[in-house]
Amino acid sequence: MLFFSFLKTLVDQEVTVELKNDIELKGTLKSVDQFLNLKLDNISCNNNAKYPHLSSVRNIFIRGSTVRYVYLNKSIVDTNLLQDAARREAVSEKK
Amino acid sequence: MSDTPLDLLRLNLDEKVYVKLRGARKLTGTLQAFDSHCNIVLSDAEETIYELVDGNLRFETKTSEMIFVRGDSVTLVTAQPEE
Repeated sequence: MLFFSFLKTLVDQEVTVELKNDIELKGTLKSVDQFLNLKLDNISCNNNAKYPHLSSVRNIFIRGSTVRYVYLNKSIVDTNLLQDAARREAVSEKK
Repeated sequence: MSDTPLDLLRLNLDEKVYVKLRGARKLTGTLQAFDSHCNIVLSDAEETIYELVDGNLRFETKTSEMIFVRGDSVTLVTAQPEE
């Protein structure tokens, strides 16, 4: 649940998603669910020359399991809050 | 409370860690968050991708100020070894 909540705080922010097949998509995060499926708006492909089939796509659903990385800006993340949440989650899962 | 493998990750929060990933990749950075799937957030991360080109080992590095890594790519996490 930690990363579901975390990614929800990033809704409407600009993110770059790298998929396991090396495609990189930059766009505005519109929504997230419990599987960490993502919806991105206004996407642009960072390596258009290699994947021209995505050049006309603006709005996309990404299955969570195909994601490798999500690149974020430091300015949109509260690292103290995030570390505390991770500690709390680690303790609460040990029962 | 028993000591679990994930406690090692908890003790490394806000510390430099070394993460090995599938596909001949590694990451180093400061551990900001993790969960039981090994989903991870690192700050000031440096990624290294290794590649064999005609039998020669090549590598490429990329840096990012904040990165979320999906746990299914993660194979190993440890405190960053001294350079």
